[in-house]
Amino acid sequence: MRILDRLWRALDERLDLAPLVEFATHKEVPQHRHSWAYYFGGLTMFFFFVQVATGILLLLYYRPTAEAAFESVQFIVTRVPFGWLIRSVHSWSANLMILAAFAHMFSVYMMGSYARPREFTWWSGFVLLLLAMGFGFSGYLLPWNELSFFATRVGTDMVSKVPLAGEWLLKFLRGGEEVNGATLTRFFGFHVAVLPMITTALLGVHLALLQRQGMHIPEGLEEEARARKPLRFVPNFVMREGVVWLVGLAALAALAAFFPWELGVKADPFASAPAGIKPEWYFLFMFEALKLLPAHVLGIEGELVGLGVFSLAGLVWFLVPVLDRGSQVGHRSRAFVVLGWLALAYVVSFTLLSFAGVFK
Amino acid sequence: MAGGAMPGSNEGPAVSRRGLLTWLLGTSLGATLAAALYPVFRFVIPPEVGEAPVNRVLAGKLTDLPANSGKIFRFGSRPGLLVRTPDGAVRAFSATCTHLNCTVQYRPDFQNIWCACHNGVYDLQGKNISGPPPRPLEAYKVDVAGDDVYVTRGA
Repeated sequence: MRILDRLWRALDERLDLAPLVEFATHKEVPQHRHSWAYYFGGLTMFFFFVQVATGILLLLYYRPTAEAAFESVQFIVTRVPFGWLIRSVHSWSANLMILAAFAHMFSVYMMGSYARPREFTWWSGFVLLLLAMGFGFSGYLLPWNELSFFATRVGTDMVSKVPLAGEWLLKFLRGGEEVNGATLTRFFGFHVAVLPMITTALLGVHLALLQRQGMHIPEGLEEEARARKPLRFVPNFVMREGVVWLVGLAALAALAAFFPWELGVKADPFASAPAGIKPEWYFLFMFEALKLLPAHVLGIEGELVGLGVFSLAGLVWFLVPVLDRGSQVGHRSRAFVVLGWLALAYVVSFTLLSFAGVFK
Repeated sequence: MAGGAMPGSNEGPAVSRRGLLTWLLGTSLGATLAAALYPVFRFVIPPEVGEAPVNRVLAGKLTDLPANSGKIFRFGSRPGLLVRTPDGAVRAFSATCTHLNCTVQYRPDFQNIWCACHNGVYDLQGKNISGPPPRPLEAYKVDVAGDDVYVTRGA
């Protein structure tokens, strides 16, 4: 122990670390009947760490060309020792990360934590969710199988509907007019360089804001939080979050081991889209709604209307801290509470109904 | 200037030395940024590859195409769909769905053209009849020479 003490003293002398330790030991997490919701953000971050670790491992064997991508993933899952596990964990953890992020977002929304002065935390979190979906969309293509090929054709074609910049964005994303090897190489670059860099930086901002402002106590629970003893961040909250991470790891390991992620059939640009094709589950609520739209709504192409409505809804969701005037003075408006429940009900019901095969 | 310059002084509200320098610095930073970003902006869009336009291809053999069946063929870099209707007529369309760019297929069970991605349906003339597709499939001209089926664009 004496060596550790001396090391600590040497570092503290040079770097003045004592105030940081002071901050960490005095940081507290309020306790009330909804403080369970404080663990979802950390859980999302845990899955992100798993993604970074397994992603780096996959990079050792993966080859980002149309000729070699599918075969290299096939090699990983059939020949490389534990390759099936690493790849399966990467796929499952991606999905659990999105799930945890959605749980985090809706719980933050329902507790009104986006309210002033935490607008920037909400906005950075919103962009982090978009980045996570960008990771999902770009990573989905990398094994170069039939499903991911058509998902990318559809997804990038949607981008081309953006007014003015659409055609430019389409070529930027696809690396040309069509989805082909150039697209794969680009998506690989986005997936392993561009998105990780932006995400890591923004995650740093998101966490720094949290440290600066502390945990939000939901409206109406201030009394309860005052009456109950807050949890010390170190070590109590950290330990509890650790238990949550272990539960996440257990779920991840079980899913990856018992339901190994399928590789599917190699993409063939000259084959028809297979029957039963679907995007990843976190796009289903939009996918099913777009399928329900007729070809034309009031003379405008149906999917243009759908995409416009979804873009607008996203914008409203992003701007909630500004639009919910009441939240700026500490009393969130009823309308926004209702909006939150409606959004949750729509996303959950459409996702589950899609799984149940209600939509043809 | 309210209460600023003394009356009669000729120190006008003209640009101050500091203001001018700030403006020069600002514009040169802006120009530097533009000079750096313009090539990046152009770099990310790949050059047009000089491809010989394909206007006519041998799409398949009549003997491989029984009545009430369909087949995807290569039309340059894009897929086309060859259809043999139940009464034996041969038709060709672009296989790219007009909705969101998926590749359609012939459905012998319903005798129509179907897109699996979003459940779009076209009839045997390529007309969109149900689901989200907003336009008919592009139709091609078909020539049968002996057993060979040739497809021509823009006829």
